[in-house]
Amino acid sequence: MKQAPFVISSYAITLSGIGVYVWRMLARARRAAQQVPPEERPWT
Amino acid sequence: MTSTPRTTPTGTTFTRWLGAAALVGIVWLVVFGLVLSPDDRVQKEGVRILYIHVPSAWLAYLAFGVTGLSSAAYLFRRTRSMTWDRIAGASAEVGVLFMGIALVTGSLWGRISWGTYWTWDSRLTTTAFLFITYVGYLAVRDLGGTHQQRARRSAVLALLAVCEVPLVHFSVKWWRPLHQQESVAEGKLSGLMLFSLFVGIVSFTLLYVWLVLHRQRVLALEDAVDDRGLDAALAARRAEAEGVAS
Repeated sequence: MKQAPFVISSYAITLSGIGVYVWRMLARARRAAQQVPPEERPWT
Repeated sequence: MTSTPRTTPTGTTFTRWLGAAALVGIVWLVVFGLVLSPDDRVQKEGVRILYIHVPSAWLAYLAFGVTGLSSAAYLFRRTRSMTWDRIAGASAEVGVLFMGIALVTGSLWGRISWGTYWTWDSRLTTTAFLFITYVGYLAVRDLGGTHQQRARRSAVLALLAVCEVPLVHFSVKWWRPLHQQESVAEGKLSGLMLFSLFVGIVSFTLLYVWLVLHRQRVLALEDAVDDRGLDAALAARRAEAEGVAS
């Protein structure tokens, strides 16, 4: 099982990288949305 | 002032379903990639990195291609819209994320296959160059100026940068580097291994669409905040000037 740490690290880095990006993006969305009224959000 | 504490302000019913599908796909990918798919005869367990490395690289190509197309749509007078600029910016950012993941997972795979984390062969070097180019593109987007100035200069840069993508893709054919050739195109994968890769590509593509939809809406919100700040500053200056005049 010499290769297992490399394989597991690959999956851990990928999933945590995506997770951190999503978390930061949604935090930015919430922060910006507090200053913009719903009528200025055409997707809603 | 509006507050939406519980729901995601950039979400819709469609993105919620899309996000759920991407999440299910990623859980499948982990199960197939780490548990169900067999070891390779030559690469042993190391082949499991393929199921995230190849989809990450594919997604980066897709993202940079979308950035190029959206930038062209912005520069073309008939289709000019700030939405194209925001899609281009969002897609480039997601592309940089996945290109970074492809570089890191490739480096770990290289340590298993070649005994080294990095070597300056043509595929790795061109990929690193592509990654740095798009980091530069994101830096250019953050320079000052109006939204239209940002959109124009970054669109021109994106059209130049996207020319690097074929260079990276065909580098394994043109220069015969240490990096392996295309396993799927050459039919080296079959059965559960091929299916695991397919799950990775589909789930990462769903995730890409979800991320770009949300990110371009966040950019729209941030642009709106900028505009409101500018309007407020102008109103304050006008009030100040009127106060001095009277």
